[in-house]
Amino acid sequence: MFENLSHLALQQYWWVIDSLLGSILVFLMFVQGGQTLIYRLGKSDEERTLLINALGRKWEFTFTTLVTFGGAMFASFPLFYSTSFGGAYWVWMAILFCFIIQAVAYEFRSKPSNVWGAKTFEVFLFINGLLGTILIGTAVGTFFNGAEFTVNELNQSKWANPYGGLEAVLNLHNVALGLTVFFLARLLGSLYFMNSIEHDAIFNRSKKQLLYCGIPFLVVFLFFAIRLLFMDGFAVDAETGTVSMEAYKYLHNFLAMPLVLILFLAGVVLVLFGLIKSYLAEKYTKGIWFTGGGTILVVFALFLLAGFNHTAFYPSNADLQSSLTIQNASSSHYTLTAMSYVSLMVPFVIAYIVWAWRAINNKKLDLEELRNEDHLY
Amino acid sequence: MIENFDMSLVDWSRAQFALTAMYHWIFVPLTLGLAFIIAIMETIYVKTGNPEWKKITKFWMTLFGINFAIGVATGIILEFEFGTNWSNYSWFVGDIFGAPLAVEGIMAFFMESTFIAVMFFGWNKVSKKFHLISTWLVAVGSNLSALWILVANGWMQNPVGMKFNPDTARNEMVNFWDVLFSPTAINKFLHTISSAYTLAAVFVIGVSAWYLLKKLNVTFAKKSIVVAAVFGLITSLFTVMTGDNSAREIVRDQPMKFAAMEGLYDGSKGAGLVALGVMSSTSESGNDNMMDFSFKLEIPNLLSYMAYMDGDAFVAGVNDVINGYTDNDGVVHPPVATKIEMGRKAIHALKNYKQAQKDKNDALAQTSLKELNENFKYFGYGYFDDPYNTVPPISITFYSFHIMVGLGMWFLLLFTLALLFVYKESIVSKKWFLRSAIWSIPLAYVASQSGWIVAEMGRQPWVIQDLMPTLTAVSNIDTKSVQITFFLFLIVFTGLLIAEIKIMLKQIKLGPNHGGH
Repeated sequence: MFENLSHLALQQYWWVIDSLLGSILVFLMFVQGGQTLIYRLGKSDEERTLLINALGRKWEFTFTTLVTFGGAMFASFPLFYSTSFGGAYWVWMAILFCFIIQAVAYEFRSKPSNVWGAKTFEVFLFINGLLGTILIGTAVGTFFNGAEFTVNELNQSKWANPYGGLEAVLNLHNVALGLTVFFLARLLGSLYFMNSIEHDAIFNRSKKQLLYCGIPFLVVFLFFAIRLLFMDGFAVDAETGTVSMEAYKYLHNFLAMPLVLILFLAGVVLVLFGLIKSYLAEKYTKGIWFTGGGTILVVFALFLLAGFNHTAFYPSNADLQSSLTIQNASSSHYTLTAMSYVSLMVPFVIAYIVWAWRAINNKKLDLEELRNEDHLY
Repeated sequence: MIENFDMSLVDWSRAQFALTAMYHWIFVPLTLGLAFIIAIMETIYVKTGNPEWKKITKFWMTLFGINFAIGVATGIILEFEFGTNWSNYSWFVGDIFGAPLAVEGIMAFFMESTFIAVMFFGWNKVSKKFHLISTWLVAVGSNLSALWILVANGWMQNPVGMKFNPDTARNEMVNFWDVLFSPTAINKFLHTISSAYTLAAVFVIGVSAWYLLKKLNVTFAKKSIVVAAVFGLITSLFTVMTGDNSAREIVRDQPMKFAAMEGLYDGSKGAGLVALGVMSSTSESGNDNMMDFSFKLEIPNLLSYMAYMDGDAFVAGVNDVINGYTDNDGVVHPPVATKIEMGRKAIHALKNYKQAQKDKNDALAQTSLKELNENFKYFGYGYFDDPYNTVPPISITFYSFHIMVGLGMWFLLLFTLALLFVYKESIVSKKWFLRSAIWSIPLAYVASQSGWIVAEMGRQPWVIQDLMPTLTAVSNIDTKSVQITFFLFLIVFTGLLIAEIKIMLKQIKLGPNHGGH
């Protein structure tokens, strides 16, 4: 089946799969957003434990999606993997440290004799939520604004400055995406709490966050999106593969791919609908599904915007012709074919995740259940 | 050519990878084995309906959860470190190596993380049967993740199912099944997971022995010992078997590594096995990696028998590999100096090919390509000047191998004695045995780490056997960055390890009658 597809079709298929994984990852970052709200929403130890336990039953999905996203990028676009990870060393190391400390925080926090104290592990969760989201968003910003690397004729890469990717924070547009992801994660975290915890005070405090985080979210998101439409982009000549700057490139991409534009706009509407309805309605708990679904659509559309329609998805500011495209950075036809068969398992994986999610969330978490729970975070 | 590389960057990159991998491997084997032991215990609970078995299952599950979390924390870095610290490697073989990592995520990690939530929080939310299936799926998922990463490692030791593409300057996969079912990969997987099961069984027996010594939770401890000893006996026998198979693979595919494991410098027919040996002085060659024996206890002909199932077969030593030899199948292995020559030709031909393409010189491109293909088999050797630079550190490899094997034999005895004493109902009174069982816990970790030292030090200087030396695989970053992250990892991981051990000890002291927290 897949072996009959052209190399380009397989490259596009894998860019779609990676984009989907990336967009699901951003949705699942409600865990990270929620982690930054523990002290804001939980006013007692018991309430904070309730919040942490609600997140603790989901953190591994986010973590696993991040790891799978990394693995899938390695398998499908190894030149991106080697260039970005090996060059933007400090950005990726910072992100990884944020996730290393998260992985133990839930399990160790409430265990006796945990040496460093519950507070330390709560700080770990906060750092993961704050820096993890901002750094990942900022790193993805370089898909549109470019990064400082060169690739030689043997495809060996080198970063063009000694800052190891940290220079990305000097670009306001990158940072705007980082902050967008951060505030969005907090909004999704609030909606998740409203959906999965039975506790009136927490519900009302979460609702207030929809306004407090919603306004800065809109400001940074609009800045990012409007600037994106008007900025120059990295165009690839279909014949020669030469990369050049094109005015209004991403606006052109939207117009050339109306389906992507529809996905983007539909996503924005869903995000806003989920937020507004949850804020205005008395006791509406399903906002997470609208805002979460919308998040997936918006991020998915942004990834397609970066990689499709003859665009360099990982452009180089140091040497334009070193820029990575889905064609020059990908795996061979054979490997993409083999991996495509593996990707057929994805719907099956999603099905059992949905089943497990429903089995565990069939009843909202409350203090009563927590008191009887013998595996407590 | 070695002088063209920043050796301090290579050394720090290796040190960081070794540090993070060894930390990760402290936690993984217990996760792999305990997952199955828990699943067996829960199966007994579901079959018998005896709540005592539920309590036993939940206790070991708590320890599993603590260990699992830190295993995840130390694991994420390894996947990304291939990119951050070994970016040239990531491109050179990413077309093959990336696939198992992606499959690992899709197939194994999601299974593990989804069903672990059901396993911990589903006791009152799903049926008994569904819960049991979830527990088994956690075990299967964690072991599947081991499969894919070990397939990737096996491929590095014996690269198969691929072809070099000069246009992209990388190796590309041509047969997925060859990669997956390579005998090296299969043996590596089976040997590694069975040794992990053995470690978990030793852990369960050791902890239970402590209870028996303290006269606490006696019934619980005895029941745990029975399950772990049966499990451990089977898995340790399997570990011996797969280890034996692995050795026979290594002698064919990585003869230098095999010679290092056995401390064999000069090969011979009817080679003897050094059962015990002490290495002290440096050899006459002046090579720091080559240490001589100051004492050794040798069993005649045994090495030849183990390597080829023939007591008179020829086994090559380090010097034979360096100077060239003909193996028992009549295959001629050229001297390393010849391989270096061929490797240089291959590297040179690749450069010429690239230049010819730029200059649109088709004739030169064709002749360069021909020369490249003829010599590519030894591509990696072209980076060396001195044949003796291809010798791994012999003493570390030799000692690690012998420590691993010696301890493996002890565990076999431990499981046998545990079953015997339980059967005779005398285990509570055998204080010496109970103490030995407790001390066996750290020994199991020593054996497990030693195994990886053999695998990874023994194959130096290669990151991919014969094709890519470790020194060419590193990222083009400055040494200082790697030094800083090395110490960050050291501090963070050590801090987390201290917390993990203290939490584990506290949970063990609290025992099975306490809740999970």
